[in-house]
Amino acid sequence: MPFIPHTESDVEQMLGAIDAPSIEALFDEIPAELRCGRLDRVPEGMTEMEITRLMHERADADGRPLNFIGAGAYEHHVPAAVWEIVSRGEFYSAYTPYQAEASQGTLQVIYEFQTMMCGLTGLDVSNASLYDGATALAEALLMAVRANRKSKSRRILMPRSVAPVYRQVVETICSTQGLQLVELAYDPATGTTPEAALAEHAGGDITAVVIPHPNFFGCFEAVDQLTDWAHANGALAVALVNPVALALTRAPGEWGAQGVDICCGEGQPLGSPLSSGGPYFGFMTCKQALVRQLPGRIVGRTLDLDGKPGFALTLQAREQHIRRGKATSNICTNQGLLVTAATIHMSILGPAGLQQVARASMANTRKLVDALVELPGVEPVFSGTRFHEAVLRFDQPVRPLIDALGGRGIVGGYALEPVYPELKHCLLVCATETKTDADIDTYVQTLAALMRPASAA
Amino acid sequence: MTEPLIFEHSRPGRTAAAQFPAGDIDAAVPAELARTSGLGLPEVSELQAVRHFTRLSQRNFSIDTHFYPLGSCTMKYNPRACNRLAMLPEFLSRHPLAPVSASQGFLACMFDLQEILKEVTGMKGVSLTPMAGAQGEFAGVAMIRAYHEARGDTERTEILVPDAAHGTNPATATMCGYVAREIPTDANGDVDVEALKAALGPKTAGIMLTNPSTLGVFERKISEISKLVHQAGGLLYYDGANLNAILGKVRPGDMGFDVIHMNLHKTFSTPHGGGGPGSGAVGVSERLLPFMPIPVVGKAADDSYRWLDEDDLPQSIGRLSGFMGNAGVLLRAYVYARMLGRDGMHRVAEFAALNANYLMARLREAGFDPAFPDRRASHEFIITLKRQNKSVGVTATDVAKRLLDHGFHAPTVYFPLLVPECLLIEPTETESKEALDGFIDAMIAIAEEAEADIEQLRGAPYTMPVRRLDDVRAARQLDVRYQPEAAA
Repeated sequence: MPFIPHTESDVEQMLGAIDAPSIEALFDEIPAELRCGRLDRVPEGMTEMEITRLMHERADADGRPLNFIGAGAYEHHVPAAVWEIVSRGEFYSAYTPYQAEASQGTLQVIYEFQTMMCGLTGLDVSNASLYDGATALAEALLMAVRANRKSKSRRILMPRSVAPVYRQVVETICSTQGLQLVELAYDPATGTTPEAALAEHAGGDITAVVIPHPNFFGCFEAVDQLTDWAHANGALAVALVNPVALALTRAPGEWGAQGVDICCGEGQPLGSPLSSGGPYFGFMTCKQALVRQLPGRIVGRTLDLDGKPGFALTLQAREQHIRRGKATSNICTNQGLLVTAATIHMSILGPAGLQQVARASMANTRKLVDALVELPGVEPVFSGTRFHEAVLRFDQPVRPLIDALGGRGIVGGYALEPVYPELKHCLLVCATETKTDADIDTYVQTLAALMRPASAA
Repeated sequence: MTEPLIFEHSRPGRTAAAQFPAGDIDAAVPAELARTSGLGLPEVSELQAVRHFTRLSQRNFSIDTHFYPLGSCTMKYNPRACNRLAMLPEFLSRHPLAPVSASQGFLACMFDLQEILKEVTGMKGVSLTPMAGAQGEFAGVAMIRAYHEARGDTERTEILVPDAAHGTNPATATMCGYVAREIPTDANGDVDVEALKAALGPKTAGIMLTNPSTLGVFERKISEISKLVHQAGGLLYYDGANLNAILGKVRPGDMGFDVIHMNLHKTFSTPHGGGGPGSGAVGVSERLLPFMPIPVVGKAADDSYRWLDEDDLPQSIGRLSGFMGNAGVLLRAYVYARMLGRDGMHRVAEFAALNANYLMARLREAGFDPAFPDRRASHEFIITLKRQNKSVGVTATDVAKRLLDHGFHAPTVYFPLLVPECLLIEPTETESKEALDGFIDAMIAIAEEAEADIEQLRGAPYTMPVRRLDDVRAARQLDVRYQPEAAA
């Protein structure tokens, strides 16, 4: 069912205009010995009715568990209007706004998005988005290397409290360009990066310092001290933030004496459904002075021939289709549709709504933690101030508990031990504003019932 | 008529309160962390937001509203079922780290998609994780690098790239720590094999090729190129930008390519979304299997599915995204692939080629010059306005902008860089003959206008929300965020 409109008479007329005897003749420049056969391993085509049934069966098999997990992807309520509008064909099936006059809708959305991200992060310039939070961090570090001309080392101080998968992605993308990641230990009591971890690097050639906010354990770092330390040591300060947390906390542009230089993060909590990990979008903002090093598309407001304001892609001289091998990045697409969703999401929530979502998520996670630590064999691990995630230590391995909870329709959290061996039997949990008191109770009761045999053993 | 910025609709204290958690919530961050500035978000009602963004949507051309023959971008119909079914609530609410036991439905879709893509490309393994074509390219070249390094072959520092290649190719080579070396194209649009031979040597890590090339023609000497590159110890990278042209006709694996990326947002019809999300799955030959980016979906002996990660692929180039790439896009591609099925795959390339060759023949008959008049078009072709530019001064931009007034999105212009005043036209298989005929009529009318009144043409477009925009001003007087104080 390939969605082809041609009638037999169309084909006949078209071949006549081409002066070709058959459609097959159009492929006569391909050497015969290279032609492929029937593609036997591709199944027969399906009608929409048939594929609908199949996809419903597959979806039903997975069900809709109760999520008490975050670890980089957060379940938030998304107003119905957001995806109703995003799914309009005019947004959904348009492409990159290369023809600006016929793409003013998409371009204005991106300009509004850029304005919102600058506002949230307290910085001057935003790009039109990157693939996701992890790649945004990688791109931010490559940008820091270009921007920090005084530093020759390409050494990046990377707290161990940054999401392990983000550190892996940075390694994949940046290792071919000679970046060296130096790990900063966290304080086992607070779960945050102590100034002492930085001390041994003072006076050394450091290109940038990454500052997670909150960090992977859900704790807020000492962002002012870290930012000031970076600047005092000739390094750029790169913030890695959850945008929802910024509704309640000081903007990265105001951290320390001068503010951070670059801010990036995962945009998923702003209107992207969990959707198995994507599509999401990464965002990046920076100080004005660094704009020419910023990767990805940027939209600017300008004037048309009649002096009327309009929007266009700008500063394209940075990009691969102009600079080719000398471009600031090979990035071509952004995540336009998700940016559209985020812009509508932020517009509908507004400042009061985003703050309320942040507060409710914090409060629910606190309720969850308070209830869980009442269970025998469960204790909190870190004392640092939390946003909406927390680390709990169990008196037994957590993997079997997660699996058992899964069988009861609950995604119970993220097992930390495989990525942090020192965090034996530790679980990272999260309860966003989407969880009710009854949900929290269900989780706690189910877990309590599952733990009993292990505790008794 | 302009649509004000959403910020201009904002009034202090206005909210869409039905959308956020109710009540007084007892939660605050310590004073030293607390927000001291505003959030910079608008304060509007839900209706105001809905109306504003609906109006903005109406200021776009899109596949659903206009013929969109943007060369190299495969702007084919995006079946609505793909969107609807990828957005079933169970798929939307599935957390990426949910236990595998509660994810068998989703994983089955991903495994099936891997198998289908392997079959249509002739590759031995597929990883779905790259999030866009450019990231697929990165993964591909990183695998080439990993392969050479694993063999202790560390002297290879160059990636060969034809001069007609997409800009992402040389940018990717650079990102992977290679020097990109350009190979010229001959007069018929094929790679200059003598120049290739001269460039190949112990420094060659590989070559990046698009076939059909960005010139809209099939690279006829591909088998010879493949042999030469392999003899020199290099690997062949296939840029899947133009896979739509050959789907079901010839497979990159059979042409000798070692690694490919596919643009699922082109060939497999996932939405372009105003510039993303894309999806750049990679396929590999036998020798690159150990290096695939993780995670990949595997199937156990008991027919259950699971993630393959570092433990299964210890030589992997690593992870490219926070989770497993653009999963929702992959679901859309899967639905599309299942609807097409085996026979549908063959028909995609057939009708894409029929439409392209028909358009080229008719435009040629109308007095336009194909860049490669002696070649078959693939799924796209190039018209050059070099002659008309000399005679009446018309540019590719003029034609592109005037097409908008006629209700057609413009083709790709000024790419590939080596053809002067070019229009790269890709109609795709989903357009009807009537749509193509309408486009041809518009092109004829524009050519006549160029002869009769070039000034009128240079002023186009006239019917869009804005007229031609001042790009120089946009770059020099940078205005990339709304600042009410500056606007006043």
